[in-house]
Amino acid sequence: MPAPDLAVRAEALLLAAAHAIDDDALESWPDFFTRDASYRIVPRDSHAAGEPIGILSCQGQGMMRDRILALRTANIYEPHTLCHVLSRPVLTDMADGGVTSRCNFALFRTQQAGSTELFAAGRYLDRMVEEGGVLRFAAREVVLESRRVDILIVLPI
Amino acid sequence: MSAALAQPLRWPAEGNTRVPFRVYSDPDIHAREQERVFRGPLWHYLCLEIDVPNPGDYCLGEIGEIPIVVTRDAEGALHALVNRCAHKGALVCLKERGNAEALTCVYHSWTYELDGHLRSVAFRHGLRGKGGMPEDFDPVKHRLQPIRLATFCGLVFGSFSDMTPDIETFLGPQVAGVLRRNLGRKLVRLGRHSQIIHNNWKLYAENVRDSYHATLLHTFYTTFKVNRLDMDGGMILSDDGRHSLSYSKRGSLQESSEYSGVHSAQYKSGLHGPELLDGFTEFDDGITHMIQTVFPTLTVQLTLNSLAVRFFTPRGMDRTELFWNYLGYADDPPERTALRARQANLTGAAGLVSLEDGCINEFVQRGSRGSPEATEFLEMGGRDVASSDGSRATETGIRGFWQAWRGLMGL
Repeated sequence: MPAPDLAVRAEALLLAAAHAIDDDALESWPDFFTRDASYRIVPRDSHAAGEPIGILSCQGQGMMRDRILALRTANIYEPHTLCHVLSRPVLTDMADGGVTSRCNFALFRTQQAGSTELFAAGRYLDRMVEEGGVLRFAAREVVLESRRVDILIVLPI
Repeated sequence: MSAALAQPLRWPAEGNTRVPFRVYSDPDIHAREQERVFRGPLWHYLCLEIDVPNPGDYCLGEIGEIPIVVTRDAEGALHALVNRCAHKGALVCLKERGNAEALTCVYHSWTYELDGHLRSVAFRHGLRGKGGMPEDFDPVKHRLQPIRLATFCGLVFGSFSDMTPDIETFLGPQVAGVLRRNLGRKLVRLGRHSQIIHNNWKLYAENVRDSYHATLLHTFYTTFKVNRLDMDGGMILSDDGRHSLSYSKRGSLQESSEYSGVHSAQYKSGLHGPELLDGFTEFDDGITHMIQTVFPTLTVQLTLNSLAVRFFTPRGMDRTELFWNYLGYADDPPERTALRARQANLTGAAGLVSLEDGCINEFVQRGSRGSPEATEFLEMGGRDVASSDGSRATETGIRGFWQAWRGLMGL
């Protein structure tokens, strides 16, 4: 069990990263990660099989910023918003002072002319580390229950 | 023979350059496709050989609306069987992939050999001398329906029709050559996912033959100033026009071909993470991008070093499931696998240069569904069905698709 203070900050990080996506504050989303952090969205089956390719991956903040820039300037898709609902995480101390976290989520998507629908559900498997007194994701694996995506994924999850 | 369409369809006199939007929304046409396309004289992709490597392995597939199971028997031979119990019609195999000594229907425990022959029927002779099947019950007459099966470069195909030519004749020399180039080595699966797109399957079949839209809709490369000035390319059609190859050569990769192993593609890009496009020279023909379609629902993709087999199948008239199978070669060193994994970001449901295809075909479906008599206009690059070497500003591949589809459908 992490110290109470660390646990509070870990939960705050989980929520802040989710809310940045929900609130369309996407430019701040890479800042929740360390500079060389990894981020991956992967279906549950591929995760279980240890397959190296999921649906989306970023190695380092640069690729995360490119994803945001691309969706702002290059990619074409129907406008939509996301709403995360997170479970309480299970946190585990790591030897290096970091913490690992498992947190389940449900993700609802609202299209511009449509109703709100469940878009994805799954778990965040995170490794968080302290950097200058700030807790950040060093690795984030977003494991989706389904390998089947409705329409497309363009916003980070 | 299928019934006549409730509302006869007279194809526009302009031929393959016009497509009535009704073909994407008419249930009669959808039903006729099941018979003439999906059960017609074609080879349909079922799975990869690496999905069923060992005796006893099985894997689910589908051809149109018909569920198929591919099995490998104890002698190592592959079989394609309709996944429908000869008794009550239930699915015999439920798991997507597995290994079994025999196939047993869960409903009444009818058990089949891996080649589809009926091995045993529960309570065939009744219980305590009562019940059971009639005396003249003949197990030989009740088996899983077999269909024809062919393999080519690790791809497993099935066909319902006795009229389908052998697989090499069906593919033709050009397609066979591309498949040998890209898939002719021992393959490994690196990942898989699928996408539901809200459009008729033929709109995606057009989309993968549409070299015209690529740089117009998918602006990732141009927005980030990825160098594409010296790209040769073209659109090559099979002799019958139904299969197409869109290809291009990325000069900067060519220049670096004397490098061994991994090197940066050295694009002058505006990317924060330009290593996304790091690659290695894999083939000496200079081609760095290939979209090979195999009529009707298969596409083999090589995007830089990202190798994938795409398969799409109708889920009703206005829904299609698109499967992405990412592959590598069994002898890839880890750093090559890592590069393929990174480049997989270019394609797939979240692909930086492909995600638009998840919605663009739906936009056509929505734009055209109220106008069944209106038509598409397909004259880019001319009006014929012929290869267009040197230019991809053409819709010749789409015209080739319609030529083949119309021939099968009698329209």
